[in-house]
Amino acid sequence: MIKPTEKILQPKMAVEIAGIKLKNPVMPASGTFGYGEEYAPYINLNQLGAVVTKGTSLNPKAGNNTPRICETVSGMLNAIGLQNVGVDAFIKDKIVYLEQFDTPVIVNFFGNTQEEYGEVAARLNDVPGVAALEMNISCPNVKHGGIIFGTDPKAAFAAVSLVRKRTTKPLIVKLTPNVTDIQITARATEDAGADALSLINTLTGMAVDVKTRRPRLANTIGGLSGPAIRPIAVRLVHQVVQAVQVPVIGIGGISRAMDALEFLIVGAKAVQVGTANFVDPNAMATIIAGLEDFCQEEGIADINDLIGSLEL
Amino acid sequence: MKNLKTVVLSNQEISPGYFRMQILAPGYNKLAKPGQFVMFRVQRSLPPLLRRPFGIFRVGFMPADCDSMPPKEFIELIYKVVGSGTEIMQRLHQGDPVELLGPLGNGFDLGVAEEEKILVGGGIGLVPLYMLAERMVATSKVRLLMGGRTRDDIITVTEFERLGVETYVSTEDGSLGDEGLVTQVLERKLDKYPKSTVFACGPMPMIKAVQKICFERGIPLQVSLEALMACGVGACLGCVVKGAGHTEVEPRYLCTCTSGPVFAAEDLDWGNSEVSTVVAGGCK
Ligand SMILES: Cc1cc2nc3c(=O)[nH]c(=O)nc-3n(C[C@H](O)[C@H](O)[C@H](O)COP(=O)(O)OP(=O)(O)OC[C@H]3O[C@@H](n4cnc5c(N)ncnc54)[C@H](O)[C@@H]3O)c2cc1C
Ligand SMILES: Cc1cc2nc3c(=O)[nH]c(=O)nc-3n(C[C@H](O)[C@H](O)[C@H](O)COP(=O)(O)O)c2cc1C
Ligand code: FES
Repeated sequence: MIKPTEKILQPKMAVEIAGIKLKNPVMPASGTFGYGEEYAPYINLNQLGAVVTKGTSLNPKAGNNTPRICETVSGMLNAIGLQNVGVDAFIKDKIVYLEQFDTPVIVNFFGNTQEEYGEVAARLNDVPGVAALEMNISCPNVKHGGIIFGTDPKAAFAAVSLVRKRTTKPLIVKLTPNVTDIQITARATEDAGADALSLINTLTGMAVDVKTRRPRLANTIGGLSGPAIRPIAVRLVHQVVQAVQVPVIGIGGISRAMDALEFLIVGAKAVQVGTANFVDPNAMATIIAGLEDFCQEEGIADINDLIGSLEL
Repeated sequence: MKNLKTVVLSNQEISPGYFRMQILAPGYNKLAKPGQFVMFRVQRSLPPLLRRPFGIFRVGFMPADCDSMPPKEFIELIYKVVGSGTEIMQRLHQGDPVELLGPLGNGFDLGVAEEEKILVGGGIGLVPLYMLAERMVATSKVRLLMGGRTRDDIITVTEFERLGVETYVSTEDGSLGDEGLVTQVLERKLDKYPKSTVFACGPMPMIKAVQKICFERGIPLQVSLEALMACGVGACLGCVVKGAGHTEVEPRYLCTCTSGPVFAAEDLDWGNSEVSTVVAGGCK
């Protein structure tokens, strides 16, 4: 039991994941923060633990037809279809902007084949502004996309092993929740050489317009995110933390400091904030301040003391 | 551009189902351009989760409660109650906390002064045209063609008249003004004033008909589009429309929130019906 002692004036907020030092454990979730620049008018990027960029693939990707998004109860469905400018344009045009900030850049990426995954990782490997790679093996949006890797432990192992060979950057593997036993994929990707795991990506979902009897998304199926998924995400992070040695980043429905704390207490070393950025572009700054306040109030000198402090 | 935590100043029904809301908005008089919008947070708690996009009808100053205070800067939204978010909005009162992200989007290109302008508004699509008219009346002849299903959909026309805009009203059921579609009025006006530039906002079928008419006559056209939006700042890529030259092989998607909501007609792909699903597929 953590004993509240006295009020701590300046709790230590820094954490380390796979060798990258973060000012604090809060960063955006890929695809909800663009390339950082989009949100720079609203939030100081220097405040963040890291910036995580929109999923990047070998070739530019057009994405799905519209409608691509739809609000649901305490959440939203999206089927953007991983629209992005492609890795070469990303390196040429997008990364430069982020170099002016004193904040590590984590580049989320994906591929349609394991070779493509490997090739993107290799091209990003020589880019100095890239602090780490986040490998999306879990996006449910694309018919021939990540879903195969993330739900098949053998395919996940093979793809991560290949990427591991092609990059010396810290490698975070982002897991899908759409599996029967997440501990199996978690162990497979750890064995393949992942330095850290992040979870969860969106849960597959569907909504129907009862008047037109059509799916609300052009893609029929989309990924559910937002507050609605948080209890599921906390449960999955809890299970993965039990199963692996590598650090875990918790994602799913975080919009307040209290939400982030749940993930840290079950053992996540850091958290990512997704949909909440749309609702409040300053959400991450409020969460960071809230975490500090909590540590002060609870007499916690170092946020690392809180991580994994779950009482069972 | 910032997120403003602010309060409602007033909120009144102006026609059945249509409301006018004034919101305290320091800075907006200087910042807001005609055709821009805000992402409006209806309330701090859930639901709804996402913000709602609304065009800026007008900006202004109102006298403070006492003489020693500076006048209050406000923006005005005009909205139609259509779903969960706007249902909550209609129940908001003076002093209720709300948030504004904006002003967002590109806004209209005012074009050449002296040129004759025709504004085409379909129902709630009238909203972004008011500030545009305000800016243009000083130097251009401005005509407003306002269409709706019935008389209840015809809003704020007298306010345009007060600016010095020549207004023409039409309703589909003939309950106010000419009976018929606003696009029929547009054809008649273009016959008479063929040198005009057109600005249109309204339901997608109207926009498409306007585009066809203007395209056939070689008339310059700007349209303001609606799209489902999550972020409003170009980050989620939920709000895209197909740009000119879009093909399955070489897709060209434009964000309505950052490349729009106003588009020059020639920058969009009018070749298929996909654009309409952006709005028609809303989560009603
Ligand atoms: C740039 C822009 C400017 C707009 N200006 C105005 C305006 O001045 N006045 C006005 O009344 N309406 C305007 N709209 C439409 C307005 O955003 C919707 O009517 C509103 O979001 C409906 O919210 P709801 O919760 O009541 O409806 P619901 O159907 O419950 O909303 C569910 C979801 O669908 C979205 N949605 C539903 N209809 C639309 C729509 N037509 N366009 C975009 N998103 C939609 C909502 O934002 C929400 O995310 C504008 C839209 C855009 C994109
Ligand atoms: C609009 C949108 C786009 C997303 N794009 C990506 C992406 O490109 N790559 C990825 O790994 N995850 C993507 N995600 C998933 C998020 O990174 C995150 O895992 C998920 O939304 C759950 O977190 P949240 O509930 O805080 O939003 C996307 C989510 C949303 C809502
Ligand atoms: S609304 Fe998010 S990109 Fe336009």
